[in-house]
Amino acid sequence: MKKNKTWNRRKILITFLLILCMMIGLCARLVYLMVFDAGYYAEKAQELHERERDIKAARGRIIDAAGKVLADNRSVCTISVIHSQIKEPEKIISMLCRELDMDEETVRKKVEKVSLRELVKSNVDKGTGDRIRAENYAGVKVDEDYRRYYPMGSLASKVLGFTGSDNQGIIGLEVTYEEYLKGTPGQILTLTDARGVEIENAAEGRIDPVDGLDLYISLDSNIQMYAGQAAGKVMEEKQADRVSVLLMNPQNGEILAMVNVPEFDLNDPFTLPEGTDTEGLTEQERQDLLNQMWRNGCINDTYEPGSTFKIITASAGLEEKVVSLDDSFYCPGYKIVEDRRIRCHKTAGHGAETFVQGTMNSCNPVFIEVGLRLGVDNMYKYFQQFGLLEKTGVDLPGEAGTIMHRKENIGQVELATVSFGQSFQITPLQLAATVSSLINGGMRVTPHFGVEIRSRDGDLVKKLDDGTKGRIVSEETSATVRGILEKVVSEGTGKNACIEGYSIGGKTATSQTLPRSAHKYISSFIGFAPAQDPQILGLVIIYNPQGIYYGGTIAAPVLKEIFDNILPYLGIEKETVQSFTY
Amino acid sequence: MDQEKPKEEFYAKHRGSADVTLFVLVCILTVFGLVMLYSTSAYNGYVKFQDAGYYFKKQLFATSLGIAAMVFISHMDYRLLKRLAVPAYLLSLILSSLVLVIGKEYNGSKRWLALGPLSFQPSEFAKIAVILFLAWLVEREGKRIYRMRSLIKIMLFLMPVVGLVGTNNLSTAIIILGIGFLLIFVSSPKYMPFLFMGAAGVGFIAVFLSLESYRLERIAIWRNPENYEKGYQTLQGLYAIGSGGIFGKGLGGSMQKLGFVPEAQNDMIFSIICEELGLAGALLLILMFLLLIWRFMVIAMHAEDLFGALIAAGIMGHISIQVLLNIAVVTNSIPNTGITLPFVSYGGTSVCFLLAEMGLALSVSSRTKL
Repeated sequence: MKKNKTWNRRKILITFLLILCMMIGLCARLVYLMVFDAGYYAEKAQELHERERDIKAARGRIIDAAGKVLADNRSVCTISVIHSQIKEPEKIISMLCRELDMDEETVRKKVEKVSLRELVKSNVDKGTGDRIRAENYAGVKVDEDYRRYYPMGSLASKVLGFTGSDNQGIIGLEVTYEEYLKGTPGQILTLTDARGVEIENAAEGRIDPVDGLDLYISLDSNIQMYAGQAAGKVMEEKQADRVSVLLMNPQNGEILAMVNVPEFDLNDPFTLPEGTDTEGLTEQERQDLLNQMWRNGCINDTYEPGSTFKIITASAGLEEKVVSLDDSFYCPGYKIVEDRRIRCHKTAGHGAETFVQGTMNSCNPVFIEVGLRLGVDNMYKYFQQFGLLEKTGVDLPGEAGTIMHRKENIGQVELATVSFGQSFQITPLQLAATVSSLINGGMRVTPHFGVEIRSRDGDLVKKLDDGTKGRIVSEETSATVRGILEKVVSEGTGKNACIEGYSIGGKTATSQTLPRSAHKYISSFIGFAPAQDPQILGLVIIYNPQGIYYGGTIAAPVLKEIFDNILPYLGIEKETVQSFTY
Repeated sequence: MDQEKPKEEFYAKHRGSADVTLFVLVCILTVFGLVMLYSTSAYNGYVKFQDAGYYFKKQLFATSLGIAAMVFISHMDYRLLKRLAVPAYLLSLILSSLVLVIGKEYNGSKRWLALGPLSFQPSEFAKIAVILFLAWLVEREGKRIYRMRSLIKIMLFLMPVVGLVGTNNLSTAIIILGIGFLLIFVSSPKYMPFLFMGAAGVGFIAVFLSLESYRLERIAIWRNPENYEKGYQTLQGLYAIGSGGIFGKGLGGSMQKLGFVPEAQNDMIFSIICEELGLAGALLLILMFLLLIWRFMVIAMHAEDLFGALIAAGIMGHISIQVLLNIAVVTNSIPNTGITLPFVSYGGTSVCFLLAEMGLALSVSSRTKL
């Protein structure tokens, strides 16, 4: 046996002391890491563990003048499966097939797919979602969500607009009032493991979502519905491309109805109208067709207003005092301006007539004469003064601007055509807003839908500005114009809009679209009631009607029918018709 | 060597007085290790095997085997093992070769031999075999140990096992080399050759590292773990350590074990201990290891014969190297290399042979007058 010698012992001790030194060194390192560096590493670690999860806020509702909810939210569920947590795949497959009404092959593929989380179906109604949740299978997740829902389907589709999958407005009022409607999403701050799975009971903070505010609009669903039916009827009768109807309060610019038939289903806005050949369409072409379907003709498109524009020429002429009601004119059936012979719609001519009679006859030579008397400078001045060169400022996105000659390019011929509403383009809404302003006593109104913003409980949050802009024409001229337009309806081209017991003012128009050789027409009628204290103004436009296309014949009766029904609804009493004398 | 008679006397004189302190320390560390292992591995066990106790149960089984081996060996006269030293060394060579051929791969390394449902890591056995073999060899060399040639010869005897183990487990090869170096240092009366060897070793490591660019990359990762994808494990360990603070998040409160520190129950378990028990817990654990190492030193210094002294010194070296390297790696004090923390890290073979080794130390202590 060999002895354990002294040097062995000494060396063992030396080894131990060396180890001790190194251990102390490591302890010092540890103290440094855990005391001085701790803050830095702990913060980094915290960033790694924390996840913020958004909680959706309920979007505000859109409520009409009658208190009806036009845009609401519905709870829907999203069903998904988490592969790693599934224990009974067969039972889950048969349960999902049954509840979601899906074929087994599709469900099986999703359930058996090895993925972190597989979406089975979204937009499942809440009842079904609750039933699936109650089955309580491991690995099946039911997430609740809000989805925009439009109880009235296609009513005022192009006005209200709709939201996308992210609950953000895509067109219409949903876009304009996004900031009020959307609300503020809440947040949950949670801890997750490395796979991103939330740790139970580890929620560190929660910011509750703030629901969006409700938008109250001037549109009345009853009026809108009635106007929509009338528009649909005439579109079918006249086999027109489309029909627009606009009803507004000329005193303050509130729009009561804006119909553009055909409308589309707001709850299914991405499906093209039935009968559309979607075969072989590129994504771009399909999107173009959708955009076409979503277009609001009243504000997104411009047209040549034609004879309805004579209201504006008359107002300018009267305001500038270049014409008076009793001025005499003579219409031989045409008027020669420079080297052009511009025809009247009545080729035989209206003969001798006063200015009032000329308006009632919608006589082109009379208005050419008024326009020429005004001159380019004045005509342009009144375009500007009446607000025709600007947009109306309506609270809908995508309003089109006026397409007008540049002032320096206006010659006598252009001046003559502008006088009776041709060779330039405005939107239907611009015409309605301008005429409203001319007949309401002369104050320019801003057409709009938004009235108030209220909280979900109904507390007033904000009154929206009605945007009245100031005087554009004298009260006297305004009253004179009302008188002339009342005569147009009671005795002139607009007599088809006459309603027993009501005084109605208005003007017809029949314009030919470009190119003239296509022989396509736009028939329109603009009218208001009561004639001396206008409470409502309506504009009916029929695009490309077949057969008879005169505005006075086909458009005026439509507005008459609408007025007939909504004037009592609006509380406008019948009166004894007084005839005005000048 | 000596006669039969004093040996008998010696045997009678010291019979049965095993080192109680060492035994208590081993028990505390084992229980502590099991608790921490369960805390750390529950998440991984659940995620991988849907059983939070998966790793714990396997470790508990190996620990029971190890305790049985420890009790058995502690009651045995360690000098009987002289006869087993050469066979054990040869067996470890065979097993280490075998693992290269029919080894089971796990995490990209071929380190396990499958024995039915159990698996066995020959490199863990190699450590204990090397300690026994070197102790036997040094004793057999006798006075020749004074000569340089003898030291080199012993070193050369060690090379086959270092080479074999090092083929797929560089870290264990380093530990074995360290144990060998320590035992030769203790057995020789000289100092200077070891200073030179130390210097040569440093030089060798420098050349070794610069020869292969991927080894230099390790250094770069060590310096700035944030900037490298491979620094992920190190960085996550540091996050865990830093999150602990003075008193930690409490047992079971670690966030980093939830998949952030990969395989947290293995090499990086010390970082989770820091996170859950804080600086206080970590220092206490280091103190426990120091006490353990101190006991090995006491046993080694008091052993009557060189064989016993070298066994105790070898065990001291083994535990010290692993604890030092493990904590140094976890605290990013040295470049990353896979070394487990004795008694705590997950590893059935490791804990089983560690406890057997403790039995050996106890056996030496019980035949020693402390």
